[in-house]
Amino acid sequence: MRYQRVFVPALVLWFLVMVPVGTASAQGEEVPRGPTFAARALQALIDGIQFGVIIAITAVGLSLIFGTIHLINFAHGELVTIGATFAFFLNASAAGPGWHLIPAAIVAVAFGALLGAAIDLGLWRPLRARGTGLINMFIVTIGLSLLLRHIVLVLYGTRPGSFVQYDIQNALDLGPAGITPRDLTVTLLSVAVLLGVAALLQKTRIGTAIRAVSANRDLAEASGIDVQRVVLVVWIIGGGLAALGGVFFGLVEIVTWDMGFKLLLLMFAGVILGGLGSAYGAMVGSLVIGIVAQMSTLWFPADLQYAWALLALIIVLLVRPQGILGQRERIG
Amino acid sequence: MDFEVILSDALRSGLGPIAAIYALAAMGLNLHFGYTGLLNFGQVGFMLVGGYGLAITVSTWGASMWLGVLVGLASAIVLALLLGLPTLRLRADYLAITTIAAGETLRLFYRSSWAEPTTGGVFGLQRFAKDFYDLNPVPRGSYGVWLVEFSARDMWVLIVAWGLVVVVGILLALLVHSPWGRVIRSIRDDETAVRSLGKNAYAYKMTSLVLGGVLGGVAGMLQAIQVQSVSADSFDPAVTFFLYTLLVLGGAGRILGPVIGSILFWFVLTFLDSALRQAIDSGVISSDLISTSEIGAVRFALVGLALILLVAFRPQGILGSRKEMLLSGR
Repeated sequence: MRYQRVFVPALVLWFLVMVPVGTASAQGEEVPRGPTFAARALQALIDGIQFGVIIAITAVGLSLIFGTIHLINFAHGELVTIGATFAFFLNASAAGPGWHLIPAAIVAVAFGALLGAAIDLGLWRPLRARGTGLINMFIVTIGLSLLLRHIVLVLYGTRPGSFVQYDIQNALDLGPAGITPRDLTVTLLSVAVLLGVAALLQKTRIGTAIRAVSANRDLAEASGIDVQRVVLVVWIIGGGLAALGGVFFGLVEIVTWDMGFKLLLLMFAGVILGGLGSAYGAMVGSLVIGIVAQMSTLWFPADLQYAWALLALIIVLLVRPQGILGQRERIG
Repeated sequence: MDFEVILSDALRSGLGPIAAIYALAAMGLNLHFGYTGLLNFGQVGFMLVGGYGLAITVSTWGASMWLGVLVGLASAIVLALLLGLPTLRLRADYLAITTIAAGETLRLFYRSSWAEPTTGGVFGLQRFAKDFYDLNPVPRGSYGVWLVEFSARDMWVLIVAWGLVVVVGILLALLVHSPWGRVIRSIRDDETAVRSLGKNAYAYKMTSLVLGGVLGGVAGMLQAIQVQSVSADSFDPAVTFFLYTLLVLGGAGRILGPVIGSILFWFVLTFLDSALRQAIDSGVISSDLISTSEIGAVRFALVGLALILLVAFRPQGILGSRKEMLLSGR
């Protein structure tokens, strides 16, 4: 069991890395000019890791929420958008205060966390108290997604925007590939945040409580854990992480009113690939999805890169529905 | 503020082809969600493959429209099988995620530059329904009573679309009251019990997914015919959310639920739209608050809000039974 859990992701990564490299060594000599295939593959891999860790930050919250209350939050993408657009308002908007990006990002994350808490206290807690069924709650989340997304559209507009700071930078030269200091910082910060979430889950009391509620809600409640409080904390963490992911994504790509909804589908792919409800699975799965999306541009047009990631999701469901790190249990 | 114009707009929309098309797609969704308890968040994907199946056959391959209809139906069946095979054995949430992802993936594929030679990419395909309009038996002129008026062309689409709604409604009523219908309703209420009685729940769910998907495909074809064009961006995921709103509004798990829901939904939506437009034009609402270009966004937001409130306070909608809908909540 243990062996297999490590083996499958290792195999996936191996395929992703080796296939382009293998083709490249055959092509490398023939095309001496321009970036070689190996260089492009390395560049795509770096971009993929960077994209993957950003998806992972947002997907962890989605996965934690699913783990504790079994709700698939279709409105999670909107928390990402709101984080990014709120930071944009504070940083770059003509009507905003024009702060530097770093304080703007911190306030946006705090706002995301508050919004997460508000959604749990104002919407889900009353619905749970009314005994609304889970399936109906899924439909409420798509309503919430539609509502929030179009509120953002009215307030933010359709024009894509970028933050004022760190917009255009020269890439650091890493031999065949390059990365801008901004992207490197975002990647390293994202990894640090993910490690921080892992430490929170493993080492702190609230982290232990979250894992207990995910593993068995009734047992956790019976052993004196305040489940409502744990759920609230999970929403706060999820909202904050989603906002942070939104700021990062807006920083390396662009801020748009529907960025979250596009990311949502990649988050789903990552979460299912890693195993629904497993926070670490969400991290690994998102990383793989990010790499798949960027690597696909080596062979296929760039406007299809999200589509390949979603196809990967359907293939995983066919082959290994419990995901890479998911528990082997009956899920049918 | 001209209330006659607002009312006329709203009535035209509530009785018009678009309401009939959404009613058909929602009837398919009703079979999935209302009767079988399948959470299909990608009904728009079925509409897309239906509409494009027809358009590609005629515009790209130059074949007849009736072959196109068959291609559209076949694509919807294939899509349902592709989605159902991996997910129907799993928990309900997997189907929800996969269908929403598949709908969006299809949209991305059909609008990509890679598929442009076949699908027309972002421009889509136009003018492929000549065969349909050549059959129009309605004499030229315009028809209407009171505030509502339709051209002969619209009348023909209307007759076919509402005719299909009636036929499909009768067929569905027979189907859900047959032994097959009893089994799918029991799957919704308690799948384990159905399995323990020796029924192959997987096969029943698959049949339901295929049938409902085909209805989605038919709706997509009608939509393509009505506007004589398909473009990938008109098959936005929000269409599925509209379908859920009108289904819950009318009452899921009732034959007439999606029909009444669709008429009412489009009536109210267009009424609001038209009233807002008039209010802004006449200065009743200051254009600093909402500009005319933002009305679209406002109405999407209102649909979202309506969906939340409906599911929270009246999950059975107008016609449904509360007990049944709570049961399906699991």
